[in-house]
Amino acid sequence: MSSVTQVTAKALVYYAFVLTVVIFTFVLHNSAFFSVENWLNIARQTAPVVIMAIGLNFALSVGMLDLSIGAVVALSGLVAAMLLPDYGVMIASVVALSLGGAIGAFNGYLSLRLAIPSLIVTLGTMVFLSGFVRYLSGLESIPILNKPFLILFGGGSLFGLPSLLFWVIGIAACVYCIFNYLQLGRRLLATGANSNAAQAMGVDTDKIRIIAMSLSGMFAALAGLLYAGRMQSARYTLGESELITVIAAVAIGGGSLMGGQVSIWGTVLGVWLIGVLNNGLILSGFSSNAQMMMKGIILVVAVGITYRARKS
Amino acid sequence: MIRTALDQIAIQVVDLHKYFDDAAVLRGVDFTVHRGEVVALLGDNGAGKSTLVNCIAGKLLPTRGEIQIMGSSHIINSPHKAQKLGISVVYQDLALIKEMTVVENLFLNREIKHRNQFLKRLGWLDKKAMRQRAKKLLRRLGSENIELEIPVSKLSGGQQQIVALVRSVISGADIIVMDEPTAALGNEQCNQVIELIRLLSTQGVTIILISHNLGQVTKLCDRAVVLCEGQTVADVAVKEVDQLALLALMSGVEPNRFSA
Repeated sequence: MSSVTQVTAKALVYYAFVLTVVIFTFVLHNSAFFSVENWLNIARQTAPVVIMAIGLNFALSVGMLDLSIGAVVALSGLVAAMLLPDYGVMIASVVALSLGGAIGAFNGYLSLRLAIPSLIVTLGTMVFLSGFVRYLSGLESIPILNKPFLILFGGGSLFGLPSLLFWVIGIAACVYCIFNYLQLGRRLLATGANSNAAQAMGVDTDKIRIIAMSLSGMFAALAGLLYAGRMQSARYTLGESELITVIAAVAIGGGSLMGGQVSIWGTVLGVWLIGVLNNGLILSGFSSNAQMMMKGIILVVAVGITYRARKS
Repeated sequence: MIRTALDQIAIQVVDLHKYFDDAAVLRGVDFTVHRGEVVALLGDNGAGKSTLVNCIAGKLLPTRGEIQIMGSSHIINSPHKAQKLGISVVYQDLALIKEMTVVENLFLNREIKHRNQFLKRLGWLDKKAMRQRAKKLLRRLGSENIELEIPVSKLSGGQQQIVALVRSVISGADIIVMDEPTAALGNEQCNQVIELIRLLSTQGVTIILISHNLGQVTKLCDRAVVLCEGQTVADVAVKEVDQLALLALMSGVEPNRFSA
């Protein structure tokens, strides 16, 4: 019984993905849905969201939540766009990534120091940063003209495939290795699964939690760079509406929102699933309202299944 | 000159006091445990056993007195320090991570890393080496029936207890303090754990056992140290006393009055 539900929780995203593609293939056989160009387009559009979602796995692995990632995306994009003309790709991206990491570490530290849930701390950070990026940008979007930046983070391609796809695969592979082959991964998961036991074994769980939140922020900042690169400009709205997509994707991908369990490739496929659904719904003539409703349903259904699997 | 194991003093507690505000919980505890001995720590609820164990484990700092490990005095001011001195405490909840596999639990935070210098720096794990080491150790300790790659939650209570013990051994512990290791176990599992404790002691590991099961204490232990109201009231060879006498000592009644 338990093994059946567990398989369902982990493999849910694979079934859902195949099912969705099959359904849309039938419904949309006359449209451009099944063209290579459309699929590459989905891959491009979802790339920054995948990176955000992969980053969120770090926070979730230690049993914390990071709601500020959407706002960090916007901040990182804006900061990079403002620094690029004067300082170049290297400095702009390093500053943006460090800023993301620092905000994440601050979230983690504050949550531990004040002993309040990360949900609340990062909710506060999210609202604060949302206000800050509006102030910083004056509600204007900042164009990016720096060629190397655009090639590296956005529009470039390699062997006919968009460079964004390589970012996704590369980052996913790296994070997969962290969780499966590195000592850090063991410490993260142990902290999330049973922090008392991890502590008893000498794991510095506070440090591990701060590292996890910092990585979550840093990956959100990277997502911000990819967004800015793809849009060739930075705007305070970047990433703002993606938080629910990210959480839904992680949940349907088989990760646990309660900590101690992550699924990196499941997360990637989860975002792609939502991307395909969005794309298919638009091609079928539905509005973005329908997309939002669908994301809400996916979130509840996916979390429901994960919970059941955990209980049994 | 080679000395026999039992000649060496593993841990010596000298005149240990612990006050919480004004309440004296430990009021002069003295005992000595030799290497490879299995010693029971007995006492009623509130006798100070947990406080004593927490002092040894580095969770509490004693107010007065000293703890000597292998002949030299140490201030054990953190669990980490205790681990470094070779002390490992197996608490009743075992502190295992149920979602993780046996081998992951055995090596948590002391994983064997890859031989390649660069990968080692990254913290890359040598999973094969850990599996082999765990397999070898479990075989040596007669517990090779425990599967390494399944989550700990799938093991029986006795097997979980054994995993917690083996983890202490892997951590390099010479002194293992066990809190009620068999309280929640059935008869057969209980015997498995007892077998393992015996085996470890023959290999030079010192075991301090907190137990309420006097039958087990008399069967398994070499000596019993009895605490009563924060003081050592008896340190006896288990063979020389019967269970009733131990019970009397624990409750603070003069044993000779009891047996008369």
